Amino acid sequence: MGILRTEKLTYVYGEGTPFRKVAVDSVDIDIAEGEIVGIIGHTGSGKSTLIQHFNGLLKPTSGKVFVDGEELFADKSRLKEIRFKVGLVFQYPEHQLFEETVYKDIAFGPKNMGLSDGEIDRRIKETARLVGLSPDLLEKSPFELSGGQKRRVAIAGVMAMEPKVLILDEPTAGLDPRGRDRILGLIKEYHAEKGTTVLLVSHSMEDVARTVSKILVMNDAKVFMYSDRSSVFARADELTAMGLTVPQVTRVFDRLRAMGIEFDDEVFSIDYAKDLVLRLLKEREKKVD
Amino acid sequence: MIKDITIGQFFPGNSIVHRLDPRIKLLLTVIYIVMLFVADTFCALGAGVVFLLISFLLSGIPIKMMLKSVKPIVPIILFTGILNLFFISTGDILFQWKFIRITEDGVRTMIFMATRIILLICGTSLLTYTTSPITLTDAIERILSPLKVIKFPAHEIAMMMTIALRFIPTLIEETDKIMSAQKARGADMETGSILKRAKALIPILIPLFVSAFRRAEELALAMECRCYHGGDGRTRLKQLKTAPRDYAAVAVAILFLAAVIVLNRFSPI
Repeated sequence: MGILRTEKLTYVYGEGTPFRKVAVDSVDIDIAEGEIVGIIGHTGSGKSTLIQHFNGLLKPTSGKVFVDGEELFADKSRLKEIRFKVGLVFQYPEHQLFEETVYKDIAFGPKNMGLSDGEIDRRIKETARLVGLSPDLLEKSPFELSGGQKRRVAIAGVMAMEPKVLILDEPTAGLDPRGRDRILGLIKEYHAEKGTTVLLVSHSMEDVARTVSKILVMNDAKVFMYSDRSSVFARADELTAMGLTVPQVTRVFDRLRAMGIEFDDEVFSIDYAKDLVLRLLKEREKKVD
Repeated sequence: MIKDITIGQFFPGNSIVHRLDPRIKLLLTVIYIVMLFVADTFCALGAGVVFLLISFLLSGIPIKMMLKSVKPIVPIILFTGILNLFFISTGDILFQWKFIRITEDGVRTMIFMATRIILLICGTSLLTYTTSPITLTDAIERILSPLKVIKFPAHEIAMMMTIALRFIPTLIEETDKIMSAQKARGADMETGSILKRAKALIPILIPLFVSAFRRAEELALAMECRCYHGGDGRTRLKQLKTAPRDYAAVAVAILFLAAVIVLNRFSPI
């Protein structure tokens, strides 16, 4: 049994009013520990609503949510405890910064957990290093930082709680390509170093494809599929029909294969594509020789 | 949830009350309030009730909504009621225990005051039920515009009100988001002493203020980019025009006011 599991999870907004809307419709998922998963779906497909169930911010209309084998809302007094196991980074997390210094802001979560000052200090130093914040930034006001730095501070604030599952909702929204690469890079590093479960919510296939190993596709409040990258992208036509796209570079290489160029690799990122092209060219040179 | 908060809820409709000129509706509300405060006897207040009921029936707003508008002010009604009950010591004594004395005058004033407050709230909420906030600020601007002669910034004040109203839902949504985010970081806003709960508001209020200022700056910039420079020489899409029904409505209201004055004189209670 995985670390995150749902059983027939359903959530309805505005029950009993004319604005009634089913946001999540009997979702069954089971996410294994240590996995890095992308949750993808176009706007309004229910992904943000789904993830808010994982740490008990929303109570399911019906169905059950299990975190680390324990059912949420079975015992209300345990809710806070379980909430610390699942770290949730919201969209535009930099809007939630409030402390006088970066250090204090990152400390907010760990402090709420009731950790000792020494432990809090250790965690702050560690996460600051992980997200690439230099030590002199820690004593600055978070409001003096640049947009990308602010976002990294906000992400560090959740990482410092050392949750068993880290969920990030559109962590790259509104960033320039460099900022985006940096955030995605640090998420990958974090996963590699800590080995904890990471869920990355996005509507950008490009972002998800090069960061995660498995993909959960949401469509119309339901789970369309949950599988590894290549089998998801193999259904490119269906994805396009629901307003999602396969990464450009993957499409290019699918075409190349269709044109008769032989290779076994699945291509999801530009860097990988570059290496592959160079390798294929070298092989071809050899054949010619 | 916090999203359920609504201020000045507007019910779109096409009844005669909806179609009245908003300036006239403001005037009618003022006449109605005067009616309630001039009334000294229950019969006179009854005339106010009749006026209110007729307006509600004409507007097509369910009576249920009228009662709903009273709900938030029940504590105020109870408070004034109890104050009146215990602190008026004239008239026949109905009940006495140690220093507590309840008199006939006290009971009468309590009921009278409670009725008056309820009528006041119902009447004014009918105004907001049938007039969209934008139209209402338009009307306020027009009513205040003669004061421009003495440099009173009528247009600017109306614009500020419009912007404030426009951003209430946005800010509510924002608060909701920030609350969820801080809760996810383990913020506890539901338990503990009052002091602890007040402290727990800091992580919500600071980001909220920061974003409100940011929004204000962006909006100001966007308005300047579109050459907004105050009210001078601005024309409007929807001109306010009075129709015969508006004058009729005012006439009816004045008749009711007269009835209240007459009833004050001649009614027994």
